[in-house]
Amino acid sequence: MTNHIHIDEHRDDEGAKTGMWIFIFTELLLFGGLFIVYSVYRYLNPMAFHLAAEELDVFLGTVNTVILLVSSMTIAMAITSIQLKKKGLTLILMGVTILLAIIFMVNKYFEWTGKISHGIFPGSEILHQSSQGEILFFGLYYAMTGLHALHIIVGVGFIGYVMWLVKTDDVKHDDYVILENSALYWHLVDLIWIFLFPLFYLIT
Amino acid sequence: MIETLIQDSNPSFLDYKGRFKGLMGWIFSTDHKRIGLLYLYSMLVFFSVAAILGLMMKLELMAPGKTIMGAQTYNSFFTLHGITMIFLIVVPGLPAVFGNFFLPIMIGAKDVAFPRLNLLSWWIYIVGAFIALSAQFFGDGPPDTGWTFYAPYSFRTGTNMLPAVTGAFVLGFSSIVTGINFIVTMHRMRAPGMNWMKMPLFPWALYGTSWIQVLATPIVGVTLLMVVLERTLQIGFFDPALGGDPILYQHLFWIYSHPAVYIMILPAMGIISEIIPTFARKTIFGYTAIVVSTLAIAFVGYFVWGHHMFTSGMSGVALYTFSILTFLVAIPSAIKIFNWVATLHKASINLQTPFIWALCFLFVFMIGGLSGMVLGALSANVHLHDTAFVVAHFHYIVFGGTGFAFFGALHYWYPKMFGRMYDMAWANIGLAIFFTGFNTLYLPMFFLGMTGMPRRYYDYVEKFHGPNIISSLGAMLMIAGLIIIITNLVRSTRHGVKAEKDPWKGKTLEWTVDSPPSLENFEEIPVVTDHPYKYD
Amino acid sequence: MDNSQHTHIVKYKTFAWVLLILLIFTFSSVAITQLELGVYSVTAALVFASIKSVIVLMYFMHLKFDKKFYAIMMAGIVLLLASVIFVTFLDYLYR
Repeated sequence: MTNHIHIDEHRDDEGAKTGMWIFIFTELLLFGGLFIVYSVYRYLNPMAFHLAAEELDVFLGTVNTVILLVSSMTIAMAITSIQLKKKGLTLILMGVTILLAIIFMVNKYFEWTGKISHGIFPGSEILHQSSQGEILFFGLYYAMTGLHALHIIVGVGFIGYVMWLVKTDDVKHDDYVILENSALYWHLVDLIWIFLFPLFYLIT
Repeated sequence: MIETLIQDSNPSFLDYKGRFKGLMGWIFSTDHKRIGLLYLYSMLVFFSVAAILGLMMKLELMAPGKTIMGAQTYNSFFTLHGITMIFLIVVPGLPAVFGNFFLPIMIGAKDVAFPRLNLLSWWIYIVGAFIALSAQFFGDGPPDTGWTFYAPYSFRTGTNMLPAVTGAFVLGFSSIVTGINFIVTMHRMRAPGMNWMKMPLFPWALYGTSWIQVLATPIVGVTLLMVVLERTLQIGFFDPALGGDPILYQHLFWIYSHPAVYIMILPAMGIISEIIPTFARKTIFGYTAIVVSTLAIAFVGYFVWGHHMFTSGMSGVALYTFSILTFLVAIPSAIKIFNWVATLHKASINLQTPFIWALCFLFVFMIGGLSGMVLGALSANVHLHDTAFVVAHFHYIVFGGTGFAFFGALHYWYPKMFGRMYDMAWANIGLAIFFTGFNTLYLPMFFLGMTGMPRRYYDYVEKFHGPNIISSLGAMLMIAGLIIIITNLVRSTRHGVKAEKDPWKGKTLEWTVDSPPSLENFEEIPVVTDHPYKYD
Repeated sequence: MDNSQHTHIVKYKTFAWVLLILLIFTFSSVAITQLELGVYSVTAALVFASIKSVIVLMYFMHLKFDKKFYAIMMAGIVLLLASVIFVTFLDYLYR
């Protein structure tokens, strides 16, 4: 009875994609919880949210929005190019995506450190002297953009891993579902930012 | 000779040798059946601990005043009892144990869609459990908030809340991963010919459950994350001092935790829908109605969370809405009860242990459901909120519903899982003692609650003494029954008589494979042509 | 089990156009909120965001070319979240 049994590798691309989509639904509801909190507190403190939002830099926010939109396009194009069997172009497009993500994070870094150097961070003296609505606004600002940034980092890791698979030809023109899934994940990050941007930067 | 050859080429999932030997062959196995058993064993351990905590609390309540523990110990006991029972046992329980083991077999598949993720989900479960339970052993004393972690107390209390909250957060991931896995499995891996309306009812129940797991768990995940951030970084979310609204915490918490009740009860209903036709020797009455009511419960159950907050200070409009929705969600549950009872009508019943468990389930679930209607009524709720009545109600639902279905399923599928039969006489004796103890334990609590005894108190006035003694004696009786049941089951894994393929003459696919099943379940993927419950 | 990957190849040009449209919407939502429109500026910003997300879902995330199941579920999720927010607001609006 020493038979080594192993189950045949079973490949189901559509199933993998279904799984990814359901995971995206979970992620949407994860942020959904925060959006519920945001909408309630905004309803309760409209003026404070209005004033607090003016502290944020619309220009920097717009730049980051553009960066994410472009990166979403490049990763979408990467799927087209792998379907057309252009390995080099795929790698370049994925690399550009990662590069844009890093630029986004650098911008985010300057934005956060700028706020912190002005004394606006949870538990700070200045924030404790401002109105309760402003405390809530900045609490949500740090939590939501922070969680979003965490997703960017995970996305960069995911896309980087798939780039390695493309390089070693484990992902090719007839087997690229993991590339599609990483792209779906990246679009999710973009999708959430599309809502974070107006809710934090544009409600002045 | 030929027989042994076939035996040799297809060792059962308990016997085959994989990449690793011994314990490693289990905790690194991606076989859905082994993972199901891993969950079963881990849950048995946690369940024993939590049941003993429950018994200790009942002993404390034997007499007014301090008997065996003080107030703070009592607080930490009901917190740990709640966290363990809810997050470690009843929420993951039925899907993780029986869903993992039987879902693929019942839909004619060799495994779930993502076997490695499945193993990962067990590991996350274990890690989450250890984080949550570690709160007991270090830091500034065990948590004392109750399993609900209500704000603002959960970030004001000096006790060791962080591990408990983080543990619950991590356990959520395990639940989500299992949910994703099951949905994709049912979408992609049903045997040829098995269309949606030919799928057995336990998989259907798991389908509804999985969607709730996937769509409700992230909300509590992010809520617990906010509590963690509020405790560590003083970010204002729910603290009234920082402008937050504590009632919003309750909203978010129950947006998950009410659907979680349906995560617990839907698979239980699925199991009952499997047991009843098998022993009634009759097609289930109203298959479509059961399927539709499953989905209806999953959907409407998402919008009734507010009935946990009737006395928290919500607006009048919200109160009425939640009350109406609560009554609405009772309808699909009642439909199922009628279907089961109608199945029994004029059936040639084969009265075996699993079936008696199902009958007991119907009895206690009715009591639990109807007392839930009492609590769903606004005026009655104001009187009964946070009394022993509520405790009795949800123990009738969660323990009486999910717990009875769990043991029913264990007795029903035991011969398939272990390839042996348990001792019927002892199983019935254990059940009788357990059932008597269960009702002696919880029925007096309805009465106590009506007359005003609050929940979560370690002390009470003299007039509650009588019913509390009865209740505590019931607890001891119930534990005695549990010990008999579990001993019988554990003993029979070695000493039981070998079971045949189909001891109950069931018709669903799991009865067509070996007991215990081989690694790949089916030699050949079956082709399904008929309805799952074809008895006549 | 069919393992055929859907082989619908989206042209680079389509993606470029989609990006252009998304950028136009971004800039106009920035522009419109710079005007003092009171409550309408938030509404406008959210409407633009919703249009943008639909475009991202349809083209970048391939919902337009994939099985209908994904699109239906996606709509269901949005509806679910909207209903949950609505029911929560039954409390806050009338408190």
